[in-house]
Amino acid sequence: MIAAIGTSSYLLLAALLFAIGAFGLLVRRNPLIMFMCIELMLNAANLTFVALATQLGDINGQTAVFFVMVVAAAEVVVGLGILVSILRRRPGATADDLAELKG
Amino acid sequence: MSDATFLEYVVFFSAAIMILGGAIGVITLKNPVHAALGLVLTLFGVAVQFVAMEAHFLAAVQVIVYAGAIVVLFLFVIMLLGVDESIDLSIEPIPIQRPLAAIMGLGLVGLLGAAIVRAEDALVINPGSGIDVAGETGNNDSNIQQLATNLYGDHVFAFQLTSVLLIVAVAGTVLLTRKWPRDAGSSESESSDA
Repeated sequence: MIAAIGTSSYLLLAALLFAIGAFGLLVRRNPLIMFMCIELMLNAANLTFVALATQLGDINGQTAVFFVMVVAAAEVVVGLGILVSILRRRPGATADDLAELKG
Repeated sequence: MSDATFLEYVVFFSAAIMILGGAIGVITLKNPVHAALGLVLTLFGVAVQFVAMEAHFLAAVQVIVYAGAIVVLFLFVIMLLGVDESIDLSIEPIPIQRPLAAIMGLGLVGLLGAAIVRAEDALVINPGSGIDVAGETGNNDSNIQQLATNLYGDHVFAFQLTSVLLIVAVAGTVLLTRKWPRDAGSSESESSDA
């Protein structure tokens, strides 16, 4: 029994998750929360990949999700490293405070 | 596609509620630690959906890598920097930003939803060609075996490049977060030069 629930349901769920992530990325000012919103959007993309891979019987979609996970892990590591080095110098900085790149 | 059993609907909708509730928690909760826990809820919901879609290996990796490693990294940074106090969300730095962002989000959902509904006919299900139907080997590992064959066959170069990516990420992070002994370092270099 493959995908007895319609693929459209999964795609709509992923669209909702992506929109929530994009909204949060635009609205929240805490850099950590903004990172979490990026993770939400990446997961929405992963959900779409897996839904369509299951629908079309094509394993390449799941391989793409694998690569997305690897890149997401690397992105989080580098992003949090940047964040730590910024917040160590300017504690409590928000995204608005980091608007200028003067350092 | 209407042959879903009641149990499958229960699994789908409870996982969907987990995903959306966790996502809303991430963007509304004031405390970053609570937001990270909302993220865990979302990631577990996505893992449940992966299991429902027979992507067992990716579900395991989702739990281990995302919920295990990435969220722990987030929590480490939150605790390390001591930013785990509540933020006042009622302050709006740019006044019209939230309504505009809400319009953008709703428009995004509307556009994607319209595209999905319109393209529904294109998604013809072809029975018997799913990923986890008992494949060549006929054992229960066919999903992970097909994934491994695809990954190490067609995408082996990209797979090797991910190792370069991870090495660069780790080395770069160590370099970024290192405390450079600014004054001491410069004086040392000067003294060594002299």
